[in-house]
Amino acid sequence: MIEIKNLWKEYGDNVVLEDISKTVNDGEFVTLVGTSGCGKSTFLKMLLGMESPTRGQLLIDGQPIPDEPDQSRGIVFQQYSVFPHLSVLENVMIAREFERAPLLGKLFGGRKKQVREEAHALLEKVGLTPAADKYPHELSGGMRQRLAIAQALIRKPKVLLLDEPFGALDPGIRADMHQLILELWREHNLTVFMVTHDLSEGFYLGTRLWVFDKVRHDPQAPGAWGAQITYDLPVGEIPADALAQMQQNINKSEESNITGESA
Amino acid sequence: MKRLVNLTPSKPARVLLGLLPFALILLLYVIASDARLEANPNDKLLPSFEQMGDAISRLAFEPSKRTGEYLFWQDTLSSLTRLGLGIGIAALIGFSLGLLTGALPTAYAPLAPLITVISLIPPMALLPILFIVFGLGELSKVALIIFGVAPFIARDIQRCTLEIPREQLIKAQTLGASSWHIVWRVLVPQLMPRLINAVRLSLGAGWLFLIAAEGIASTDGLGYRIFLVRRYLSMDVILPYVAWITLLAFIIDWLLAKTSQLAFPWHHQGGKA
Repeated sequence: MIEIKNLWKEYGDNVVLEDISKTVNDGEFVTLVGTSGCGKSTFLKMLLGMESPTRGQLLIDGQPIPDEPDQSRGIVFQQYSVFPHLSVLENVMIAREFERAPLLGKLFGGRKKQVREEAHALLEKVGLTPAADKYPHELSGGMRQRLAIAQALIRKPKVLLLDEPFGALDPGIRADMHQLILELWREHNLTVFMVTHDLSEGFYLGTRLWVFDKVRHDPQAPGAWGAQITYDLPVGEIPADALAQMQQNINKSEESNITGESA
Repeated sequence: MKRLVNLTPSKPARVLLGLLPFALILLLYVIASDARLEANPNDKLLPSFEQMGDAISRLAFEPSKRTGEYLFWQDTLSSLTRLGLGIGIAALIGFSLGLLTGALPTAYAPLAPLITVISLIPPMALLPILFIVFGLGELSKVALIIFGVAPFIARDIQRCTLEIPREQLIKAQTLGASSWHIVWRVLVPQLMPRLINAVRLSLGAGWLFLIAAEGIASTDGLGYRIFLVRRYLSMDVILPYVAWITLLAFIIDWLLAKTSQLAFPWHHQGGKA
């Protein structure tokens, strides 16, 4: 369970997030949407441990989230999250090698074989078996993201963080990836947080949709007020016209934000 | 008629065009050399190819009357040993420092300004100090190459390390990697082709320092020989030596480029994934 208690994030005078309180149960799939610079990526970084809250608490199973990334929280970025110098198979195996070879970071013989089989099984699941011996630069964008997901799952994290993972993909491939991520989410009983720009993605993926937005806005001091979670909606019960309305709002404030801040 | 910027020569034409300047220079040389030798058969400034061939075959295939060595090969061996040692040690030091400062902010803070300042010292200005400290032997010549090249490699590797996307380092941590794992399995392999590249770029400077040091204080070496025979205006030795040094430099560069392409195909074919 992840608890967010009166969470604030500020950079100097610039308030990014203000007073957020939420509880997320294990196995929920939360989609985070909002304008760019509204703090959803900052929130994801806090879950990852790269940023710490200015005020308030961020608890995972009652404990504060560690202040650096570790294997309990996996991540898939939009790009650059696989290792270009390793083959697809090695990219998945390396996580187990980190775990089981603290000194060399590399496994040999029977122990290596065992990990290779585990990695092959995972690649099979994400549909990358034919590409196991290729290097990432030989893969398409969609296949590379499949690899990044497989890589993130081998250490069996409880929480999976997705930072606009499908933003650079074609719509058809994106639909396949949605299917894949939903399957894996159910199978591994993951708690997923996904940041996206595409509201329709949040509309039918997962269980919960959070909309980040600034409730108050001071044109003279754009950094004075932070974003809050203005909608917390169970997915599947959002009427289509409300969705269209929200998308419009986001687009509108996106335009007005162009002259404003970037965070 | 296409615009000039869109006009691309065909492949055979490109090869021919590439060879053309070399042929022109040779032709020009032969004409000038012939003209001078016709006026004065003892002219030393522009020797004919025959004279150069004689001089080199004397140095390469006849033992020296004084020492019994084949001077040309002895010079080559000495120079390549010094260059290899100097560049090798510089690469080792530069790579370690660059990696360390690039990967660890706590190493960057005390070391990066120092490396920057050291890299700004003109290495040739250090040569007298090296001669005083290390004497006139092999050590000071190798040390000059190290001082000249290592800071450049260190800064280049540091920059490359900082350019590796942060996402990769974070991803590695979410896979359970320690700092050591990140350095050893994520950074070092990705920096190897960059090290080869840095060495290729610094070889020119390496040759410069080598020949300068040999010219000033040495008893053999390619640089020593051309500085020595300068006293006798022996252009018939100097010109082939310069061509030989150029050829050696070209071969080393080519070998490094090939090695990098064969060993790190992912670097040369692709993006950063």
